[in-house]
This record gives sequence, C-alpha cells and structure tokens, in this order.
Amino acid sequence: MSRFAATLLSLAAFLVGWKLLTVLTGTPDYILPAPEVVAGRAVRAIGSGLLWEHTAVTLTEILLGLAVGATSAVAVGVALGKSVVIERVLSPYIVAAQSVPILALAPLLDIWFGGGLLARVLICALIVFFPIAIATMVGIRSADPLLVELFRSLGATPAQRTTRLEIPSALPVIFGGLRVGVTLAVIGAVVAEWAGAGSGLGVLINIANQGLFDTPLMFVALATLAVIGIGLHGLVVSIERRVIVHP
Amino acid sequence: MTIEARTAPAAAGLPLRIEDVTARFPTASGAVEALRDLTLEIPAGSFTVIIGPNGSGKSTLLRLIAGLLGPTEGRVVIDEGTGPRAGDGRVGLAFQQPRLVPWLTVTDNVALPLTLAGEDGAQARTRARVALERVGLADAADLRPSQLSGGMAQRAGLARALITDPQVLLLDEPFSALDALTREGFDGELQRLWMDRPRTVVMVTHSVGEAVRMADAIVVLTPRPGRVAKVVPVDLPRPRPATLASNPAAAHIDSSVRAVLAEVHPSELTPWLDR
Repeated sequence: MSRFAATLLSLAAFLVGWKLLTVLTGTPDYILPAPEVVAGRAVRAIGSGLLWEHTAVTLTEILLGLAVGATSAVAVGVALGKSVVIERVLSPYIVAAQSVPILALAPLLDIWFGGGLLARVLICALIVFFPIAIATMVGIRSADPLLVELFRSLGATPAQRTTRLEIPSALPVIFGGLRVGVTLAVIGAVVAEWAGAGSGLGVLINIANQGLFDTPLMFVALATLAVIGIGLHGLVVSIERRVIVHP
Repeated sequence: MTIEARTAPAAAGLPLRIEDVTARFPTASGAVEALRDLTLEIPAGSFTVIIGPNGSGKSTLLRLIAGLLGPTEGRVVIDEGTGPRAGDGRVGLAFQQPRLVPWLTVTDNVALPLTLAGEDGAQARTRARVALERVGLADAADLRPSQLSGGMAQRAGLARALITDPQVLLLDEPFSALDALTREGFDGELQRLWMDRPRTVVMVTHSVGEAVRMADAIVVLTPRPGRVAKVVPVDLPRPRPATLASNPAAAHIDSSVRAVLAEVHPSELTPWLDR
C-alpha cells in the first residue's frame, strides 16, 4: 500500500468515526457538528471570502513569527552551545519565559507592543523560540570531538569551526526543534489573537463560538489551523530532506 | 639522542627538536604524565618511526609536534625557529581514524585544509583531485565517506594530510585499521610517496615489522611517563620490499628492537612478539 493510500485511508476512518459518534450519541450540531455539516459550512465560508480573510492574517503572523523566532533561536542556541558561561547567564531567563504560560504573557506583550501585528508576531516568536534554541544548543555540542580536533589541527578559525563543523553537525537536531516550533507557532498565533486582535482564525473561533453560536464555523477554523500546522510541518520535513546529507 | 638521515634521497623537509619535554594533563582519575624529560632530534627529511605499547605517550608526542598540545615543560622546535602552532601549514597530520567529515564528498574532505586557509573552492577541488590521484583514489572523488571501505578512507585521510605539501608529515598509526596484507601494500605506497617527494616523516606504530620496513630510525619509548629508551638506526637500502623480513640485516634490526621493547616493558603483554 502506498503512503498516499495509507494517509487517505486513515483520513476516511477518522471521518467515518466522527460521523458515527454524532449519529450514535445524537449530539446536536451546536455541540458536535457532523463532518458533512462542517464541510458545508467550509464551502460557504470559502465562497464568501470569510475564511481566507482570517486565514491570511493568521498565516502572516505565523510565518513572520517563525522567521523571527527561529532565526533568533538559532543565533542564541549557537551562543549557548559555544559558551557555558552564556548558558549559565541566559538559561534561567529562557526557561522562565517558557514556563510562564503564554496565555498570561500575551495580553501584556499586546499592551507593550501596541496591540498590532508586531505584538502578535513577537508572541508567536516567543513560543517558537525555546524548542529551537535548546535543540540548537544541544546540536552544537554534539559535534564529534575528533572532527573538532581535526579542524584545530588545520588551523580553522572559531568562526569556521562554527559555520563549517558545528552548525552542519547540529542541523538534524535543529530541524527536530523546528518541527516542534512550527506547530507551536500555530498555537502562538491564536493565543496572540485572543489577547487582542480584530481578525485572524483565533478571532474567528471566538466570534463563531461566543458571538454567533456557529459551532460548525468554529470547526472550520480549527480544521484550517490543523491544515496550516500539517502543511508547515511537511514543508520543514521536505526542506530537511533536501538540506541534510544522510551519511 | 640523535638520529641520522641515512637513506633519505635528498635533504628536504624541516628538522625537529624536542627538548626535555614533559607533558602532563588532568584526567577524571587525576593528573597523567604522558611524557617526561623526553629529548629527541629528528633531522630534516628523515623517516622516523616511534614505537611502544599503548599508553607510552606516542600520540601525545605527535600532538606536541603538531601544536595541538603545549608541553608542560621543555619545548618543541621546528626548523631551529619557533615552536609549532596548530594549522600553521608546516605540519600535516594523519590521524589514527581517518576523521572524514561525513557530509562532505571525498574531494571536499581532501580540499578542506585549503578551503579553511581561504583558497578558492574550484581551485582547491582541482588540487584535491590531484592529491586523490596520488593515493590511488581518483575514482572515489565524488563519494561520501560512508561509501568508502576502511582502506579507502585511510587513503583519503592521507591525501588530506599531503595536500598542503607539509614539510613535516605526522602519521599516527595511519593503517592500524587495515588487515596485515593491505597494510603491507600501504606501507609500500607510503614509501614510494616519500621517496618521490622527501620530507620529514614521524610515524607512530605498534608493529615492529612495519617500523623496520619504513624507518631510517626507530625510536623505542618507555612505559608511561614516556622517555626515549633507545634509538635503533635502520640502515637498509630503499625501496624496501614487503619480503624484507627474510633479509638477515632486517631480521637483526627486528630482533634488536624487540629486545629493547621486552626489556623496557617487561610486565606488559607483548603483542609485538608475534608480529
């Protein structure tokens, strides 16, 4: 069985299970809508442009947040990996920032950074930062000590050692962190929107759930978030396959 | 103790002097003294083999000459001038394990010393191909290290050490991973490379037979902390064949080296006795 067929089959099983659940329990649509109800709502939301309007906003936040978060995480992760002193000084703050619930931090950041796109990108970047920074640190330190000595014997500068040995050695682990990071970025964007935004899929969830009592629309928004997460994860995996030479 | 370059075809390479060198380093189980008051003079263009069992400081001695390690006491002098500095281009080092970078092709691995020194990539690759040809590895230029056999990887490591054409070549048991027959072939090739292009070579080995085949002089080290127990000159014509052991003069040198080893390492298991 091809991988595509397996995926298709599991999706079909999921939908059938969902449908059976709604039929057998007789749950009304405003609590758990049946799959075809959600699908119908999705068609209408796409047709009216409503879904795309909000998806575009959230996608922008996610991509910018990822770009800012991942870039700074790799830079900080390299520094952490190279210097035990830097690790000692910075790691309490990094761990603290990760341990404090992003839900509590988000409204603060929203006020500090003016409540616009900037604030939401920063919230998204913050949640993405931790797994990628830690992965980079671990990866940098995993460079083979025999190759480190080889580079030393060849007179490599510290910068050459970092760019040509340590970062390439760290790439598989960095990509692992990136895979976690992209899925967290989706959560980060929604949390940021909940802290105060006029549009976006997080906002759409709130409107559908609390304003319109349109549970099928909420499911459409949730499914869209899931699709974004799966898509980005797949993108990272395919970049990983291209970038990393598997020896 | 002084070694004389007897059979080197022409004076080339740089002379080395190791003066009263002591090397200590901390380990998890306390400080280890690898070498103590070791003095050795190695003339330009000679082929010197260092022999001794594990833990006699052979690799430490090579690290000192390569500048990867500083002596605790004493000094190492290259060419009557300054001490070695890692990567200053005068010394090439082939490690016991080939240490190839797994994500680079064989060519890029061999070109690494040049590209790290800032040489243009295309030019470095061209020179790497030439170096690969010299060690008989031209066909493997585009492979990755994981696709190489043990012997091919060793050749690639040797090509990388040779590519900068260093005046001093240090070989740390370069063929130890190979079976005895392949190893004899490698010894022959190495001898040919050295005769084509003489330079100062210091090679570490466990094998007395290999030492006699390759060396102008064999330096026997004592157990830790290592000192020079004896320098045995090897005054045999080159090129020396793989069947050298049947030569009475070679057999005599072989047994005198074994005698020194047995004397300074009496309590050791003596794996060199059966080689």
